[in-house]
Amino acid sequence: MTAHRRVGDALNAALGTLLAEDPALYLLGEDIADPYGGAFGITRGLSTRFPRQVITTPISEAGIVGVANGLALAGDKAIVEMMFADFVALAFDQIVNFAAKSTTMYGHPVPMPVVVRCPTGGNRGYGPTHSQSPQKHFIGVPGLDVYELSPLHDPVALLRELLGSGRPSLLFEDKTLYAAPLRPDDLFRVTHHGFTAHVRVDDDIPADDYLIVAPGGLTGRATVAMRSLLLRYELSGRLLVPARLHPLDLDPLLEAATSTSRVVVVEDGPPGAAWGTEVAYRLQRALWGTSSGPVRLCQAADGVIPTAAHLEREVLVQAETIVRAVLEAHR
Amino acid sequence: MNDDDLRLLLLIRHFETALLDLFAQGLLSGTTHTCLGQEPVPVALRPLLHPDDFVFSNHRGHGHYLARFGDPAGLLAEIMGREGAVCGGVGGSQHLKRGRYLSTGVQGESLPVAAGTALHLAHHEPGRLACVHIGDGTWGEGAVYEALNMAALWRLPLLVAVEHNGIAQSTPTAAQLAGTIAARADAFGAAYLYVPADDVTDMRDLLDKPLTRVRDGGGPLVVEFATRRLGPHSKGDDPRSTVEVDQLRAADWHTRYAATLGPRFTDLDAEQRDRIAAVVRDVTGRAPVRERR
Repeated sequence: MTAHRRVGDALNAALGTLLAEDPALYLLGEDIADPYGGAFGITRGLSTRFPRQVITTPISEAGIVGVANGLALAGDKAIVEMMFADFVALAFDQIVNFAAKSTTMYGHPVPMPVVVRCPTGGNRGYGPTHSQSPQKHFIGVPGLDVYELSPLHDPVALLRELLGSGRPSLLFEDKTLYAAPLRPDDLFRVTHHGFTAHVRVDDDIPADDYLIVAPGGLTGRATVAMRSLLLRYELSGRLLVPARLHPLDLDPLLEAATSTSRVVVVEDGPPGAAWGTEVAYRLQRALWGTSSGPVRLCQAADGVIPTAAHLEREVLVQAETIVRAVLEAHR
Repeated sequence: MNDDDLRLLLLIRHFETALLDLFAQGLLSGTTHTCLGQEPVPVALRPLLHPDDFVFSNHRGHGHYLARFGDPAGLLAEIMGREGAVCGGVGGSQHLKRGRYLSTGVQGESLPVAAGTALHLAHHEPGRLACVHIGDGTWGEGAVYEALNMAALWRLPLLVAVEHNGIAQSTPTAAQLAGTIAARADAFGAAYLYVPADDVTDMRDLLDKPLTRVRDGGGPLVVEFATRRLGPHSKGDDPRSTVEVDQLRAADWHTRYAATLGPRFTDLDAEQRDRIAAVVRDVTGRAPVRERR
């Protein structure tokens, strides 16, 4: 992992590793073949190395997830690349009604090793239909797991976990991560408790001023916020990044939350029945009656994501949005 | 028409009739979609399909299941939620899975899935195919075209068995389908075959060579079976006039064979009616299925 400079390179290498070690694994998606290698270049080189397993497809999001589901039923495994996460709406039926339900609706377990990779998020100026973070539409679907890529989690271990669980899953990947460094900031130390990454300054400095809980795509912005909070406001806290957003393992979050009275859950999607709302509710319920203050939410604005850079910035969560949310928690 | 084919036709007919009776008596909950009139389709396909072929059924799938497994008790137990249910009572009438047989209840959804299994077969088990049953109404779904495009593009061993019964739930085909199924298949460069679903022997004669071509890597085949739906869409929801349904019944295989096959038909008809009656007595006497983990 450390041999790769960027998250996108590490993800590309991870896909190659998995295709090499498992001939039953297929990779499907639009424009993923060489020399193009996918809209973000994440599959570059793979169709050349694994011509049988890597299949570039027509523009048919529902159809290709259906093909992946069929491969899984036949005993294979499949990773599908959505060109943009917004387009996963077109495959909702295959994911929710077929893949997720099939794991249990036939009265006996049916393994469905299918991973749908979804490049999410904005800050790239792609506008309303190419920038969304649609995670919340897939939270709470029985039989379906939701993961998010981060610079803190080894993509090989992560993808092995997803493919090995027997349940279909979505892997949301914030596009800005592809060019991001694997370790966002040397000021902080990263440890792992299962698939939850912990970020904080060194152990000998207290880190109880706040707790930020964020999905992987916000790791960079959250650590920029933490640096600012430490250097400008002398506030030292922690960031927890769970790789699996749903079903969520609350224990590592709860452990960190009990040591501070200021918990902020951050996500880059709009408010309303969202992932952050679910996490905040579960944390709040568990913390009820303790000295921990109200769990706060820091979310994107309630609107479409504009194309113009200055308008887009106002809608999406930025590092300074997180700084403000933590400072507000301190009032 | 040999005795075994006739037995299977009659088994399916009496199974479906028994289901409607059970509903009328208030002994079934939920819904069901009978294939009354469409029995020749799965019966004709039965010897043409291999146990290693995938079969994707749909909401109107009892005949497909019975032709593949000859297991009316397991199916009835599933529909009634009783012990011995083939899918533990979770799936019910339209969500069945047993080996490489699978049905699900969303129109068009299984076509790309079937294409995926066909991709596996093409790579690892040449000579096998995936058969997917759809109706004329299913052609309204976009997933059908996405799947046909990929199946034709990649020359997948996919058999699309279209049971064209002239009515999509309550909507006559003329009110929901522009152009023809033949032209739609042709647009993708997929092979197409028109098969009147009346005599199973004649049907097999028409199907035999084209199916071999699918197995030999010739790409997908769309078969349009011209058939009749004698019953309602589900339980009591048939907007057609009695005159129209009577015309369908007059042309139905059961009416024709009763008139032409004499005592051979009468005997086998009674045999299968009794067999199903015994299955109904057995299954209705069973305890509710317990949750499986």
